[in-house]
Amino acid sequence: MLSKNKKLGVRGVVLIIIATGWICFILFFPLLVLVWEAFKHGIHAFLLPLLNPEAKHAIKLTIIITLSAVGINTLFGLPLAFLIGRYRTRMRALIDSLLNLPLAVSPVVAGLMFLLLFGREGIFRGILDKGGIEIVFRLPGMILATVFVSLPFVVREVVPVLEEVGWKQEESAWTLGAGWLRTFFRVTVPQIRWGLIYGMTLTTARAMGEFGAVMVVSGNIIGKTQTATLHINQALADFDYQSAYSCSFLIGFVSFFIILIVQKIYTRKKS
Amino acid sequence: MRITKQKTPFTLLTISWLYLGFFIVLPLLALIVKGVESGPENLLESFHDPHLLFALRLTLIISLIVTGINILTGTLVAWVLVRYDFPGKNIIDALIDVPFAIPTVVTGLMILTVYGPHGVVGDFFGGIGGRGIEVIFGKPGILLALLVVTLPFVVRSVQPVLIVQNPSLEEAAETLGASRLQTFFRVILPPVIPSMLTGGALSFTRSLGEFGSVVVVAGNIPMKTQVASVYIYAQIESGNMTGAIALSLVLLGFAVAILGFFKLFENFVKKTMSRSKYSEGSEVILEKKC
Repeated sequence: MLSKNKKLGVRGVVLIIIATGWICFILFFPLLVLVWEAFKHGIHAFLLPLLNPEAKHAIKLTIIITLSAVGINTLFGLPLAFLIGRYRTRMRALIDSLLNLPLAVSPVVAGLMFLLLFGREGIFRGILDKGGIEIVFRLPGMILATVFVSLPFVVREVVPVLEEVGWKQEESAWTLGAGWLRTFFRVTVPQIRWGLIYGMTLTTARAMGEFGAVMVVSGNIIGKTQTATLHINQALADFDYQSAYSCSFLIGFVSFFIILIVQKIYTRKKS
Repeated sequence: MRITKQKTPFTLLTISWLYLGFFIVLPLLALIVKGVESGPENLLESFHDPHLLFALRLTLIISLIVTGINILTGTLVAWVLVRYDFPGKNIIDALIDVPFAIPTVVTGLMILTVYGPHGVVGDFFGGIGGRGIEVIFGKPGILLALLVVTLPFVVRSVQPVLIVQNPSLEEAAETLGASRLQTFFRVILPPVIPSMLTGGALSFTRSLGEFGSVVVVAGNIPMKTQVASVYIYAQIESGNMTGAIALSLVLLGFAVAILGFFKLFENFVKKTMSRSKYSEGSEVILEKKC
């Protein structure tokens, strides 16, 4: 009904060229070059660096850490989302600000926080020494730091859905005699399913890509505490560019495509 | 009768606060407690380190520049994506999310590859006058990396506002004899400004803390390319925890202040918008006339 999209005009063409040119300049072009560099010597050259033991170990470590972070943030994120979305808490403002913190704070500062808790001069050093537990420079520390940086996503995606659907269906289920466990899995989970999946996807991407926090907490030990992102950094420092490109392509495109696919399905379900 | 009015179950409350307490409150307290423990005079002493001051100043200046560029280009991109149809539009729209989806180290590597000394464009610039423009391991590299990493913020906060904005308001303004500039500044821009600022604030906080892409692109050269987060990392590596804590507290303070300010700002905008006389009422009238 309106003139939208009908007449482009000189002004429209100029604006489109500037905007797409800018995106090409800072994003599209660099992405293409990255893909080209990863595959310019063929599939074999691309795969070879991914098969060396250090790279395999790094990728394995990234998978373990990512699965743990997603697991923890889903398991505890759901109750928290329920508390915010279904009950009136006076603490809502405080909880919201706390949830914003991991996104606002530098990953290096996040790593430092965990170092100050569990590290050599950390607050809990005494207790940890007594129990003979090592957290920093080990897998547990890396998981803790990753949980911190990827914490808000599940909660943030699930809360709006919970608020929107309300209690009605659960109330009916209870009236009809369903127990709370059954109600949860048969009524609540299907309602929040896509919000939950999207939140878990964002958590996965964030956890897979985390660099700064993990670098501080892990001590960056080659073949031991190096994750995929730390491995890329190491490869660059060693001028082993093919390794860096192969590994970057692998984790970059895996996380991009899962987000893209889930986002597409999610927006279609919503509308 | 309504279950909503029931008291919050104790287990839910306990699990939620244990979760938040262990993963967010405790680490935050650790930073503050350790800061107090090392003594205010030692913390202040750290601010005499010229490297720290340089890193903080560089970070603030570059973050401000990034925020400015982002507000301009981000609004333009959002406008083009909402108002025009052109081939490749869907690709551009999907690309906007890429910087959030891929690891920052990969973003850094992308910039390094294209604009670095052996990169496609780096070669070109390097050829100019035989001297070369130093993108990588220099400040322009940091700027580029931060621009890519923070690209989605402004676009994604302005886009939804533009989608609901009614183009007939602009037509009405033009029919009533407003010039293009007047239409732009009096009709199009005002409702978009709050979301531009919100997006800008998010880019600013993100730029203050960014580490991965910057360290890949610009390395760790004190007094030259060492930004705040890289300085903190270098202090942790060399065992100067007091210096690391001092600058971390400053960064944390900035983040909290900006987030707090925007919480207030958002509430203020919500209130004034709901009271303003021309936002919704006029649209309804126009709709009827059309």
